[in-house]
Amino acid sequence: MTLSAGIALRRGEFTLDVEFAVPGGGVLALLGPNGSGKSSVLGCLAGLLRPDRARIVLDDRVLTGLPPHTRGIGLLSQDALLFPHLSALDNVAFSPRSTGAGRAESRKRAREWLAEVDALELAGRKPAQLSGGQAQRVAIARALAAEPRLLLLDEPFAALDVDAAPAIRGLLRRVLRSGPPTVLVTHDPLDALALADHVAVLDGGRIVERGETRKVLAAPRTAFAARIAGLNLVPGVAVEGGLRTSGGQLAGIPAEDVVEGEAAVAVFAPSAVAVYLRDGEHRGSPRNTVEGTVDALEPHGPVIRIRTRGDGWAAGLSADLTPAAVAELALEPGTPVNLSVKAASVAVHAVADH
Amino acid sequence: MLWPPAICALALVVLPVVGLLVRSDLTRFPGLIASTSSLNALKLSLITAGLSTVACVLFGVPLAVVLARSGTRGIRVLRAVVLLPLVLPPVVGGLALLYLLGRKGFLGILVTTLTGEQVPFTTAAVVIAQTFVAMPFLVVSLEGALRGAGDRYERVASTLGAKPWTVFRRVTLPLLTPALGSGIVLSFARALGEFGATITFAGSLEGVTRTLPLEVYTQAEVDVDSAVALALLLILVAVAVIALARPRALEGVRS
Repeated sequence: MTLSAGIALRRGEFTLDVEFAVPGGGVLALLGPNGSGKSSVLGCLAGLLRPDRARIVLDDRVLTGLPPHTRGIGLLSQDALLFPHLSALDNVAFSPRSTGAGRAESRKRAREWLAEVDALELAGRKPAQLSGGQAQRVAIARALAAEPRLLLLDEPFAALDVDAAPAIRGLLRRVLRSGPPTVLVTHDPLDALALADHVAVLDGGRIVERGETRKVLAAPRTAFAARIAGLNLVPGVAVEGGLRTSGGQLAGIPAEDVVEGEAAVAVFAPSAVAVYLRDGEHRGSPRNTVEGTVDALEPHGPVIRIRTRGDGWAAGLSADLTPAAVAELALEPGTPVNLSVKAASVAVHAVADH
Repeated sequence: MLWPPAICALALVVLPVVGLLVRSDLTRFPGLIASTSSLNALKLSLITAGLSTVACVLFGVPLAVVLARSGTRGIRVLRAVVLLPLVLPPVVGGLALLYLLGRKGFLGILVTTLTGEQVPFTTAAVVIAQTFVAMPFLVVSLEGALRGAGDRYERVASTLGAKPWTVFRRVTLPLLTPALGSGIVLSFARALGEFGATITFAGSLEGVTRTLPLEVYTQAEVDVDSAVALALLLILVAVAVIALARPRALEGVRS
């Protein structure tokens, strides 16, 4: 199962022109700020928006111009949008029922999907009686019950409480593992990190950068991608209180959906990295310290971003320093340094493992 | 600050009814309304208002959905046209109907050639006149609800594989139920009180086109007591309709 799409759309001043492909089982994240055209792409894929020019092919079937109900797609948006007059069970049974299955058969399938998302006990409730997280769980079951050949996720965590988001993120990661090709639209690099194997960064209706999620997020090549991503990402395996990497332990705060022993990544901002000259004797609270060498210095807005090389997790780190600090330490390419980051600034996130 | 005018408004609504009550002789009430002509008028009113309401629903619901959902240019003009019977004096509406469906009206000639029947001054004409004036109430309350709710649920339903008709039946209609309730009450009440269009287009023939409001008007010329009693009867029916439909259906108008 593969999706390949080229979409062009013009709305007043705004033009959208993108091309991308998602292999079967793959998850592509469209990353971009509000107004970058992400949701328009989903609308065109779903058939809810009419593009000026498009070529959308899913498994050798041309979707372009087909009405939404014949496309075989599942759409999950930030609001669960459960039908308020139907129980959770009948919401999930809606798609089987609408596509020809009998009442009993539809409900049986709905029960299976509710069980799949751990929401079987909510079956009899009306949407008004569900919390945001519960409603989104039911909405996921409803989308999957349609057995879509393409899944579209439109900022699925944006409307959730901070408490509910990790559980839903974990749930989606689980169901996407064996799911159809998926396009995820988000403005949050962490969503992309958690769910997508590939990322396309959208700016003003165009894809300005694309590639494997971790590579794009860790080492963005365009200034625009760097602004919304540009995070330090260290891959490894989740352990208690942090991450085991090829170059030693990294202490950090695990997100709620992290499972010990599974693939995870430590995330921290370049501004959270402190740089010390190797000869100096600096001991303090930061528990994560590693030796590295300054590789490059580049201006980045008001600060100077330093890239380092080295063994272990010092490879490819970014650190933001003020020009004054860079001058005082006389940093230049080749300077040996110690890099340290407070454990409290390190978030450990589970990652998509396709 | 708002209380004095609010009380004035309330008084304007309530005091006339009180005036009617004071004027009426309640002891003679049963006898006055039990006359054949009154009972005929009541029966005719309930039947024609019921039929008009059914017609409003059958034609008004699709019209409201089209007005709210269609992206066609010119739909704004259509929306204004639908409101016409609301702002038009009913007598003018009745005249218009007469010149459309009357003996010399182009649709009237067509109907007469096809069926040999004439429309004006029949019970059918009463139903048509009532539907004409009552339909906007239903369409406006439904269209407001539809536009307020947006088409988000319908879009989700279509991505779940539901055909347009299934979406209408299983999503649009159930979501409309509260607004539909209030629309039905409003249009039934309007049909029940219809006078001007009916008397111009259908005349005032006892048992055929003389509905309760027309009977009140007729009686007022000959027997004021009986007219007052009939007026009270109309008020009772109207209050009963509101009581049956309240509180949710009428509150739905606001949202």
